[in-house]
Amino acid sequence: MIKHLLISAAIVTASFATASAETVRWARAGDSITMDPHAQNEGPTHTLSHQIYDTLLQRDMAGAIIPSLATEWAALKDNPSVWRFKLRQGVSFHDGSKFNSEDVVFSLNRAMADGSEMKELLSSVKEVRAVDSHTVDIETNGANPLLINNLTNMFMMDKTWSENNKVTTPHDVAKGETNFATMNTNGTGAFILVSRAVDEKTVLKANPNYWGKNLYPNQVTEIVYTPIQSSATRVAALLSGEVDIIQDVPVQDLGRVSSSSALQLATAAQNRVIFFGLDTVNGPTAELKVRQAMNIAINRDSIKKVVMRGQSDPTGVIMPPFVNGWTEALNKYPKYDLEKAKSLMKEAGHENGFDLVLNCPNDRYINDESICQAAVGMMAKIGINVTLDAKPKAQHFPIAKGGDADFYMLGWGVPTFDSHYIFNYLVHTQTSDRGSWNPTGYSNANVDSMIESLESETNLKKRDDTIAKIWAEVQKAQMYLPIHNQVLNWGMRKDIDFDVQPEDTPHFQFLKFN
Amino acid sequence: MIFIILNRFFQAVLVLLFVALISFLIFRFVGNPVESLMGQEATLAQRAALEEALGLNNPIYIQYFDFLWKAVRFDFGNSYRGALPVAELIASRLPATLELALTSAVFAVIFGVFMGIYTAINRGSVITNFILSSSLIGVSLPTFLIGVLLIWLFSVELNWLPSFGRGEVVDLGWWTTGFLSESGLKSLVLPAITLGLYQMTLIMRLTRSEMLEVLRQDYIRLARALGLTSKAVYFFHALPNILIPVITIGGLQLGSVIAFAIITETVFQWPGVGLLFINAVYFVDIPVMSAYLLLVGFAFVLINLIVDLSYFFIDPRLRDSELKDKA
Repeated sequence: MIKHLLISAAIVTASFATASAETVRWARAGDSITMDPHAQNEGPTHTLSHQIYDTLLQRDMAGAIIPSLATEWAALKDNPSVWRFKLRQGVSFHDGSKFNSEDVVFSLNRAMADGSEMKELLSSVKEVRAVDSHTVDIETNGANPLLINNLTNMFMMDKTWSENNKVTTPHDVAKGETNFATMNTNGTGAFILVSRAVDEKTVLKANPNYWGKNLYPNQVTEIVYTPIQSSATRVAALLSGEVDIIQDVPVQDLGRVSSSSALQLATAAQNRVIFFGLDTVNGPTAELKVRQAMNIAINRDSIKKVVMRGQSDPTGVIMPPFVNGWTEALNKYPKYDLEKAKSLMKEAGHENGFDLVLNCPNDRYINDESICQAAVGMMAKIGINVTLDAKPKAQHFPIAKGGDADFYMLGWGVPTFDSHYIFNYLVHTQTSDRGSWNPTGYSNANVDSMIESLESETNLKKRDDTIAKIWAEVQKAQMYLPIHNQVLNWGMRKDIDFDVQPEDTPHFQFLKFN
Repeated sequence: MIFIILNRFFQAVLVLLFVALISFLIFRFVGNPVESLMGQEATLAQRAALEEALGLNNPIYIQYFDFLWKAVRFDFGNSYRGALPVAELIASRLPATLELALTSAVFAVIFGVFMGIYTAINRGSVITNFILSSSLIGVSLPTFLIGVLLIWLFSVELNWLPSFGRGEVVDLGWWTTGFLSESGLKSLVLPAITLGLYQMTLIMRLTRSEMLEVLRQDYIRLARALGLTSKAVYFFHALPNILIPVITIGGLQLGSVIAFAIITETVFQWPGVGLLFINAVYFVDIPVMSAYLLLVGFAFVLINLIVDLSYFFIDPRLRDSELKDKA
């Protein structure tokens, strides 16, 4: 009898072991730039860091904020400028040392140090204090009700490990510095770095002591991550079964992936909006009526149908639906109306049209150059003779940002999921520390002060009202012509059960096999 | 003799200086590294500080001399993107490219010579016509298309060979090799064919025309009249005489194989210097781009120099006329 039990127990364990011993071979177009979690503020870099390092709180696969290393958080009742975080008990780093409030204080200070690209997100933080071994206070300059939105990519490192390896500050990528943390990690995350060859192959194995072992499925035991730049090769690797999941299926190959019997396509809206910007100070686009005419001369439905093959979500506002401040009414895009556009052009005194250059990137957004080509044709119908100037992003961004462009394309992701992020960079008057991506010349002192007031407004209702007011001004000024929100397409093996994350950041502890 | 070598050497240095100037100028003025280095949240003040730190505000000639002086010491600075020293980065990627280039060169020479001889001997046969007309594909189809077609056929449809990467690599400390593992060898097949197809076609056509030329020579007729077997005529009397031009061209082509590996490496995600260069272009990683250009320039100059000098040793007539001119 006992023998019997043992055998069946052995069988159960064995079958459990095989069911859970699963390697996921994962590919996307680009590699992470560095393993130092505070040195870069960039999507693919954060994505890899998220597998190894944890944050105090994180966004789950649906984009909602959930507890991670912090289990509870709230602003103090008597002092709204202080946020108190209760840390999770019994968490240890990959090297075995315990995680406590000292590490949080150290990591946040590290993220605010020179050389960190994360420091802007913490610019409101005055001090980080350890209250006891598992409680941390973050004090801000004035109340910051949205501080937690800025913490979802703030990774926690071990203080002792960092000191022993002389990585107490991030390496400044810009200055060409490098340090131990560029290639070595010690996080609390679900996966441990096994080997890494930049642009070639990175191998991670499941962390046996992961704190979330009983909270999440954790069915993946090994991740093999390979960047594959050529989109044709990436799709071929998926089709031939050499990789299990790819994050960026090109739109022309969607049909091929979804028609394969072994594969499936998961699709979801991305937290990124694509739009055109216009010069509001010089040239014909300085005329509001011209900008309005251009806005209704863009046929967003046909861009979706023809250029994006259905893979986009047309919009009337430069804000993805995940963002606080988004409403159905703002999102509603204007009807394509050629006659009205023509009459607006006439009222503006431009019925004979004019010449304009459209600056466009050709390697940054999904089908960026084709969208611009479509826009050229649409503008021609209202007499605007557009010359397309498409360049790689490295050349495009300085032009788009420098203020010399009259008409340019830009895409904007909103990592904080709050309108303030959009306003601060795209709407505020261009000054040395704000409005760095607002080369349109739009400047409204009243709007500027409203934007700044958002940073310390603790009454959320009042804050939301201000956000709505700013959006009304933005929509009125029409310095931006919204096109659409991008759609993410992940291709994966049919037996994988995985949601597309709106920030394009898979968290593999959530992955399940059917 | 010493004078000739010095002369050639001096020319090579001049060419390299010129390559360095071009690589310096192009990359100094194409794109803006500050844009790539700063995140989208950077302020204008931070930008200005970075420009200062990178020395982008110095006069151009100072930047050039700075560049040259560092280049001769193999100091290409740190990559903007990976923050690793460029020399180290290139050294770690070079084995992949050299193994790929060598394999495809060997493939091109062996198949090219063999098919060249075959088509020269069996003029007008069905197989010859097939080889000759299909070799046009090798010359006229762009590399990336050949690569994608091969992937489609052998990886996706037949599932025989891997579509990307280098497979399992054995690390020898100073060199990483894919020659020692099965998956490494398998991974080598498609990229090597893709990269070598053009050179193979070239060598085949060259071999064929040289062979046809040689077969018309009197000494071949004499050999035949003496009653030697065809095999002996072709392989012992004709072949050695055509090998010199074939090897010369093949050697010179090795430089372009290394240089053209960029496209093949991109298609197959082959982790060599070509892929490194392409990534550097996307990221406007100037130190990597300059170093790569110098490396390729250096490879070409070196191969040319060796070929040039070897002519003097191989062919006494050249040596004499050169000496007469100088005298």
